[in-house]
Amino acid sequence: MRVLWRFVARRVASGIVLLIAVTAVAYALIYSGGTNVAQNILGEFATEEQINEKAAELGTDRPLVVQYVEWLTRAVQGDFGDSWFTSQPVLATVLTRLSVTGSLVVVALTVAVVVSLVLGVAAARRRGSAGDRALQFVAVTGEAIPNFWLALALVSAFAISIPLFPATGYVSPGVSVTGWLFSLVLPVIAIVVGSVAGAAQQIRGAVIEVLQKDYVRTLRARGLSERSVVLKHALRNAASPALTVFSLQFIGMMSGAVLIERVFALPGMGNLAVDATLQGDIPIVMGVLITMAIVVVVVNLLVDIAAGWVNPKVRLQ
Amino acid sequence: MSVSTTTDPIDARALRGWATLRRNPLFWISTILLSVIVIAGVIAPWISPNNPETARLDMINQPPSSEYWLGGDGTGRDVFSRLVFAIRTTLLGVAITVAVSAVIGLATGLVAGYRGGVIDDVLSWAANLIIVLPSMMVLIAMFAAIGPSVGVTMVVLGVILSPNFFRLVRNQTVAVRNELYVDAARVSGVRPIRIVFRHILRVILAPIVIMSASIGSLAIVMQAGLSFLGLGDASTPTWGTMLLDAFKNLYTAPFLLLWPGLMIAFTAGAFLLLANAIGDTVAGGRPPVRAPKLALAPLTPSPRGSRGTALLEIDGMSVAFAQADSTELVVVHDTTLSVERGEIVGIVGESGSGKSQTILATLGLLADGGYQRAGSVAVAGTRLASLSPRHRRRLLGQTVGYIPQEPMSNLDPSFTIGSQLTEPLREIAGHSRSSARKKALELLGRVGITDPQRVYDSYPHQISGGMAQRVLIAGAVACEPKLLIADEPTTALDVTVQAEILDLLRSLQKERGLGVLLVTHNLGVVADLCDRVIVMQDGQIRETGDVRQVLRDPHHPYTQSLLASTLVNAPNRGAWVVPDSSAKLATDSANQGIEGMAVR
Repeated sequence: MRVLWRFVARRVASGIVLLIAVTAVAYALIYSGGTNVAQNILGEFATEEQINEKAAELGTDRPLVVQYVEWLTRAVQGDFGDSWFTSQPVLATVLTRLSVTGSLVVVALTVAVVVSLVLGVAAARRRGSAGDRALQFVAVTGEAIPNFWLALALVSAFAISIPLFPATGYVSPGVSVTGWLFSLVLPVIAIVVGSVAGAAQQIRGAVIEVLQKDYVRTLRARGLSERSVVLKHALRNAASPALTVFSLQFIGMMSGAVLIERVFALPGMGNLAVDATLQGDIPIVMGVLITMAIVVVVVNLLVDIAAGWVNPKVRLQ
Repeated sequence: MSVSTTTDPIDARALRGWATLRRNPLFWISTILLSVIVIAGVIAPWISPNNPETARLDMINQPPSSEYWLGGDGTGRDVFSRLVFAIRTTLLGVAITVAVSAVIGLATGLVAGYRGGVIDDVLSWAANLIIVLPSMMVLIAMFAAIGPSVGVTMVVLGVILSPNFFRLVRNQTVAVRNELYVDAARVSGVRPIRIVFRHILRVILAPIVIMSASIGSLAIVMQAGLSFLGLGDASTPTWGTMLLDAFKNLYTAPFLLLWPGLMIAFTAGAFLLLANAIGDTVAGGRPPVRAPKLALAPLTPSPRGSRGTALLEIDGMSVAFAQADSTELVVVHDTTLSVERGEIVGIVGESGSGKSQTILATLGLLADGGYQRAGSVAVAGTRLASLSPRHRRRLLGQTVGYIPQEPMSNLDPSFTIGSQLTEPLREIAGHSRSSARKKALELLGRVGITDPQRVYDSYPHQISGGMAQRVLIAGAVACEPKLLIADEPTTALDVTVQAEILDLLRSLQKERGLGVLLVTHNLGVVADLCDRVIVMQDGQIRETGDVRQVLRDPHHPYTQSLLASTLVNAPNRGAWVVPDSSAKLATDSANQGIEGMAVR
């Protein structure tokens, strides 16, 4: 048990280092682009003198590194600065949007995990069959079709032509659970198709690899049912590559959700970031980027720990 | 000495690869599709009937006409012309992204893989850092920082995607650096760095092309997404901005969705198909060949006359593997053998003689593509072909215990020994949880494990190979089978452990009156343990009979040569004596491995 805790502690430490590095890269990307913050705030008719004064006031005339350290010191205390346009604190604004993106991604990922596992395992068991080849075709198609195009087509078909689902908008589950589910059906389908296309093939590969192992043959020789061979032993041994696949899917969904949020006018983080970008509200953009990075790093950490837990060699070393 | 004298496995493979690729329709479909798209993009100004930016109020959201072949968009511009011109922006962007990611990934991957150490650690860590970044969000933030620039955006996307190339190249470089032919070249005085790079570049050529194609398709989709968000250069037509226009007119002109969507799907799909086609070739064609479904031998009584008492009767069995070119490779021909109660039968033969395939076919455990093409198998009087697959497997689990060759790879690494032993006890023999546990601990003690409880709670990686083989033997006899089938049960073990395992097998056999079918290439083991022996070569039985008789007076030339080669290698050539009490000789002969033939 102590070994496991040491393993977890090591991963947490490396996660924190990673996160600091991510913020540094993000800060450098956003603020080194030559954006003149003071100019942005004062507008284009400000004089040179006013701009310099404002810059000194904001501290943006100092070296980038100094600014970053100051930003980081505040960010650690939960202060991500204020929006340049609404003057609202960035963190509060971002967090209200996180629940929308979060529910979209969590629901989509859950569906994607279940569907890819079912399809991947089925295709692995019937390798070379018509169904297996069909899955390969679907995988290429699903990956080639952009999720936002699928979203538009779904809206056109199932919200406009046949008005089954709402075309736009988000209903909080606190207001109405059915309304929430209904508002998520089309967005989730749009995300899941591409995700399953990528993941199912990789699950298939991982399961095939396990099914070819000697111990699977021996388990079969013992007379165990195909059910326990595949669902218990093969899946358990394919769990670690599967976890990697799904954690990458999660990262992709997190930032790819922006397009889906745009199509369905969902008030998520992606929509917030795009609006802020179009307005030039840099603190908000930075806040969204950092929040996403934190979520991704935390999830990666959990996946790492889960992978360690699944693999006795890691857990017990 | 030139490098070409060291065997270079790459050249031949590359040639064969091209030959296979040329026959793959996917390759041609994707190449032709991509060529058409590229050419259309290049000659866009000459094939577009209209200026893509000219807006005509009378053509807003109009259906196709002779002027606007695919209709007009939301501001009255020609959909067809915009579609064709957008190819240029798209392909230019893709080229930038693929080139940037490939160059960065190749350079860093080669350095990291070749130098290793700290450089490798730092670069690998940086790659992990980039993978953690939410890519779409980074691109959006870039737009916030520097404004619209397709070029810079696609360069940044290239950097974001470069870890894919990095990981590929790094892992391959590490692998090639440790290859034997690199050592060979080093010995012959060629600077290793040249060898490594030369070989790596050829080994990774196909994976690089595959990766480039996949990244190309990803770049198309992401670029379209960015311009769909309005984060692109508004002055040039792109498929993404066309979809944005379609989005704005979704209620009035849904048909605008169609063409840009199709163009994206076809272009990205062509890249993916190309990647798949090359991937198939690298993997050696389409490997999963399905075994044909055969109606197995009819349920008539065995023509050669069944005595009805045999535990195992294999009658005229042939085993074949389906090949990629839809022919079949027969590995076992017309094999007939039987094992009686309490009898130990050995199958000997060199590697590839079909002895393992014979028993795997008997157990219904052939690898993918393998099948029994003729003959019948009966276990304890029941013909296997007459049972459903589920019942067949259950019957085999109950009556036959299987002992595999490699102890370590035959235990599931994710489960404890105890869980692997109790699972069949509960599922097949119907034990309760507690009685299965008790029985498993008893079995572990019976097979000579001194601390059964510790092993019971261990994972396979925590025990030694010899102990693992004891565990597998315990597993084989757990459900009280009548027949043991052992596939070279001692080959993978230390010489000292081999003897103990053979002793264990013999004592279990005596104690329970088991029939045993033992596959081995070791004539010493045969002389030691077996009552009867079957000699196989090239998938055929060459000779069969009583052990003493066959070993003393081999009829078939192959058996004679087997015996001769064994004796030639023996260090102490005693007179050939057939054991009268095999038990006392077990340890000696096993200790001496193959030389054990010279029984004193």
